[in-house]
Amino acid sequence: MPFEWIVALRFLREGRLQTALIVGGAGAGVAVVLFITALVSGLQANTIKRVLGTQAHIVIRPLEEVARPQREAGAGEVVMPRVEARAQRLRSIDQWQALEPVLDAMPGITAVSPMVSGPAFALRGDASKSIAIFGVDPARYDRIVAVGEKLVGGAFRLGPDDAVIGKELAKDLGLAVGDRFRTLTAETDSPVTQTFVVSGIVDLGVRDLNRRTVYVAFRTAQTLLSLPGGASQIDLKVDDLFGAETIARGLEARTGLTVESWMRTNEQLLAAINAQNVSTGTIRTFVALIVAVGIASVLVVWVVQKRREIGILRAMGASRGSVQRVFLLQGAMVAVAGSLLGSALGSGMIAAFTRIVRNADGTPLFDAIAVPGWLYASAVGGAIVGGIVAAMLPARAAAKLDPAQAIRM
Amino acid sequence: MSAPLVQLTDIRKSYGSATDLEVEVLHGIDLALAPGEFTALIGPSGSGKSTLLNLIGLLEPPSGGSYVLAGRETAKLSENDVTALRATQIGFVFQFHHLLPAFTATENVLMPGLIARGRVTAERREAARELLSDVGLADRLDYLPRKLSGGQQQRVAIARALSLAPPLVLADEPTGNLDTHSADEIFALMRRFNARSGTAFLIVTHDPRLARRCDRIVELVDGGIAGDRPNLASKGDG
Ligand SMILES: Nc1ncnc2c1ncn2[C@@H]1O[C@H](COP(=O)(O)OP(=O)(O)OP(=O)(O)O)[C@@H](O)[C@H]1O
Ligand SMILES: [Mg+2]
Repeated sequence: MPFEWIVALRFLREGRLQTALIVGGAGAGVAVVLFITALVSGLQANTIKRVLGTQAHIVIRPLEEVARPQREAGAGEVVMPRVEARAQRLRSIDQWQALEPVLDAMPGITAVSPMVSGPAFALRGDASKSIAIFGVDPARYDRIVAVGEKLVGGAFRLGPDDAVIGKELAKDLGLAVGDRFRTLTAETDSPVTQTFVVSGIVDLGVRDLNRRTVYVAFRTAQTLLSLPGGASQIDLKVDDLFGAETIARGLEARTGLTVESWMRTNEQLLAAINAQNVSTGTIRTFVALIVAVGIASVLVVWVVQKRREIGILRAMGASRGSVQRVFLLQGAMVAVAGSLLGSALGSGMIAAFTRIVRNADGTPLFDAIAVPGWLYASAVGGAIVGGIVAAMLPARAAAKLDPAQAIRM
Repeated sequence: MSAPLVQLTDIRKSYGSATDLEVEVLHGIDLALAPGEFTALIGPSGSGKSTLLNLIGLLEPPSGGSYVLAGRETAKLSENDVTALRATQIGFVFQFHHLLPAFTATENVLMPGLIARGRVTAERREAARELLSDVGLADRLDYLPRKLSGGQQQRVAIARALSLAPPLVLADEPTGNLDTHSADEIFALMRRFNARSGTAFLIVTHDPRLARRCDRIVELVDGGIAGDRPNLASKGDG
């Protein structure tokens, strides 16, 4: 082992109490950083998962019909037109059949599901409820929103007369699997009614959705909503969640359609997540700073205490650089020990937290927060760099020490 | 006479940087030490003995004058060259033994070699043990300094100073806090190494009895050399 390593290790062993304190402090810091990071990213992942459990990552819709002023302003003329926004009709995406295989083949897109949706009423006996009809291909749609997993009864099967309905709607209308109900749609001049059999009841996790959602077969919806051969939107799923907006912008440019990503429709959620990231980043920075200052201050005291020994080492031929390296090494060693301790402590805290803190219904708050390996790696790496940086000042002081003075003491 | 090992010419040393507070401690020292010479440095307290020793040991630079060590003008050397020259040419023995408290006797003796070569070989370890046996510590090889008596610690310090076989050993009151008997033993030890391997010694001492056992006595008074005489009476002693 090189001279500097031997001396650094021996000095650390000699100052047991200081070493223990400094390692403990660094460990506590690393544990806090790991815990907060894991907790926040676990919570965020959970929230996003919950939000995206009932949403497509990207939705493609026809261009909105925009009202234009009847006359453009001529040169040197000011026109103050009154333009009323037009009521939006239910429309189909142009050429969606041609678009579908293109989307299917695009890299980064993992699922494509065309849909016909529109408003309707569900009727049973005297009761009538306002609903939203979603006409989908179950196999395709299940990869966008896992309806199959969310069923509380029946199956996600959509024959021409089948309907899978939300759990609140089922309750409101007193429907069970196998029961019949009628729908009333008014997309044409004369209202259309049709009878459906409940083939499944679904719990989408959001009360409002459970109260309004009715899934029917794609073709059935086309007829009901009088969009023969059409699709009112195409839902997409992507593999890189946070790349959704970029893909959406690309698609919009290519197709000229209205393309919205989940990031756009959940701007507030994203803003909250960003604010959270900034605040955890701030906490991390300050904890790192405090740990570094702690290491530095203990090392400064150490250098003062070890003046005489440093003088002896210099008298025996150790260079200034050597002495400096001894203290840099001590900083690094202490940081490594501290971050290993902190990693153990942090993962213990995370395990305890997931065990103790639970949802109201007793289910775990998280699906076991997995602390990614890179988080440990960066905590340890950051600690080593921080330890060396913290040791720089004391190390330089040690190197500058006048051996003649040190030995006179 | 062979070329001197140490050649000091008009060496001055001042402390304090601000000119009005500057105190000159050494006022123009001329001194030459030959290889293998066994010299005592005596003088009243505050006369500058430790300062002169630190200058010769390259622990601090002189404020003026010329210092040639082993044929090299030290004023022209870089910091690293000075460190390297010190490591190869000079061994130190201090008054308060100044061992490294975290290291055993053997490890203390190995330290100069470890610093110079970066690592310890089995061979060097064996040599260190032999050296410690030589100074009568064969049964204390792995003791920490605090478990050794003052005389034993000073023996370890001498073994350490000799471990790289430097041509010159500087000893600042090596027997200063030892009883007469231990002081005599330490002194005899240094004379033995001087006779055996031709190592030059410059020993600061307040004890006239010990000074009389050196080959040459240099006396420092108020930062100047007040006397420098060979001591023929020492022959046959040791
Ligand atoms: N770093 C310093 N700054 C200012 N003055 C110093 C410094 N070191 C030593 N001196 C002064 O230099 C003079 C000589 O000191 P030195 O230690 O060399 O004396 P000494 O002969 O070794 O004395 P002693 O026998 O008591 O050890 C003293 O007056 C001392 O106060
Ligand atoms: Mg002195």
